[in-house]
Amino acid sequence: MYHDVIMTGFGGQGIQMISQLVAVASIKKGLNITYLPSYGVEKRGGRTNVTLVISDEEIGSPITNTPSGLIAMDLIGLEFYQPIVARNGLLIVNADLIPDDRIKRDDLNILKIKCNEEALRIGNQKMANMILLGCYIHEIDFLDIDDISRIMHEVLPAHHAESIPDNLNAIKRGMELASSK
Amino acid sequence: MLDRKLTKGNIALAEGAIQAGCMFYFGYPITPQNDIPEYFAKNLPKIGGTFVPAESEIASINMVMGAAASGKRAMTSSSGPGISLMQEGISYMAGSEIPCVIVNIMRSGPGLGGIDPTQGDYNQAVHGGGHGDYSNIVLAPASVQEMFDLTIKAFELADKYRNPAMIIADAMIGQFQEACRLIPEHPVKSYDKNWSLLGCESREPRLLKSLYLGPGEQETHNLDLQKKYRTMEEHEVLYESIGLEDAEVMIIAFGTPSRVAKTAIKELRKNGIKAGLFRPITLFPFPKKEIHEYSKKTGKILVVEMNTGQMLNDVIIASDRNSTVSFFGRPGGGIPYPDEIISHAMKLL
Repeated sequence: MYHDVIMTGFGGQGIQMISQLVAVASIKKGLNITYLPSYGVEKRGGRTNVTLVISDEEIGSPITNTPSGLIAMDLIGLEFYQPIVARNGLLIVNADLIPDDRIKRDDLNILKIKCNEEALRIGNQKMANMILLGCYIHEIDFLDIDDISRIMHEVLPAHHAESIPDNLNAIKRGMELASSK
Repeated sequence: MLDRKLTKGNIALAEGAIQAGCMFYFGYPITPQNDIPEYFAKNLPKIGGTFVPAESEIASINMVMGAAASGKRAMTSSSGPGISLMQEGISYMAGSEIPCVIVNIMRSGPGLGGIDPTQGDYNQAVHGGGHGDYSNIVLAPASVQEMFDLTIKAFELADKYRNPAMIIADAMIGQFQEACRLIPEHPVKSYDKNWSLLGCESREPRLLKSLYLGPGEQETHNLDLQKKYRTMEEHEVLYESIGLEDAEVMIIAFGTPSRVAKTAIKELRKNGIKAGLFRPITLFPFPKKEIHEYSKKTGKILVVEMNTGQMLNDVIIASDRNSTVSFFGRPGGGIPYPDEIISHAMKLL
């Protein structure tokens, strides 16, 4: 099994958080992962990207120019990475920030999710990233929500521990949205 | 299976140093290695160690010299510009045979360059850098696990041979994260230090120096150092090889390019092209004999580096004269992608 995905957005949207959850949950299942964050002269509100590679074999390259998945939480991220997603790959976009006509690919499995709006609806606008994580979990076959639930306390900072049930609800909502598409 | 934790390369390195018994860290900040001093600042004081944020890299390396002269395991870390400033101190330690560990998480150069990953400091680490006829022990990790394991190895080798050991890793190896076993594979080795300076009460005074002015003294000292380097070449070479039994193309790479090459090789083999990988883990001692033997067998070699061809020259010297050595490199922060390596390998066939 081999899977690579790029998650992209701007600082504060929780890209690193959902990437960490997928990475740690995959390791717990005995899989190998590489987690490559963008780094550099960035500041709050700057770009944030993660390349995740997940495999049951040894992983060679931690970088890819043909990812099988892309989660884009904003337009800049979408426009940068959309052209390189592998044919028949997965594209999950934050439809609150990305107008429909900017999605140019027609050879991908595309999920357009109004994750900001959904997060507000379930009572916490910070959960937009978890909604998209839920969509992603629904579309991949190597992790389910129990795998995420099991490790959430390891990844979330201790002072956010009480928010775990809300986070899991947001993931569930994301899974529902993906299944109804 | 032992518990493996999602760990950043730089953190695995710092934790490896602490588990190797390094109680003294001196350094000055520079991206992309700042996680290392941050980790030491937080964790060394808890275990009675010493963390000093030095006023410069020149001060850092000289503080390392002082701590190491007392027989303690000590280290510093930096990136290209800072490592350049340390060269005088490294040369002095090589000359005085004081063991220490120096870490270079390589950023692009020359000059202040940029913060992107590179392997532009290969020549500086492997072929001197400082003045005089000396060699560093140089280790090149290619995974987060190796950032941990090879840091322990670096302290062991430094003490065993009384020589500076360098770890050079491109910024990607420092910054990316993988699952890592943060427990040493073997019990950490320590060595008797009957040369260390701790006060000479009730024994003869000792001296650690690199200055030899008597007739022929410096020549003898140089030849002794060379003997030590030849012993390292005999006993300490480390490398990884994949698929070289039947390979028609041998890719030689270290650090990040070796990781990318593994993906390329898998793809090439899927398409019926027998490609293999030779990955030097010790850059000094360099695996000359092994490369020579494999080059005779394989004939076609592709060296991949994140520079304009530095290890390339060592491969050319080591390879059989009837083999063909080609090169693909991306300098200044460029990272080779698997499809680029594939197309360069195909050109050789």
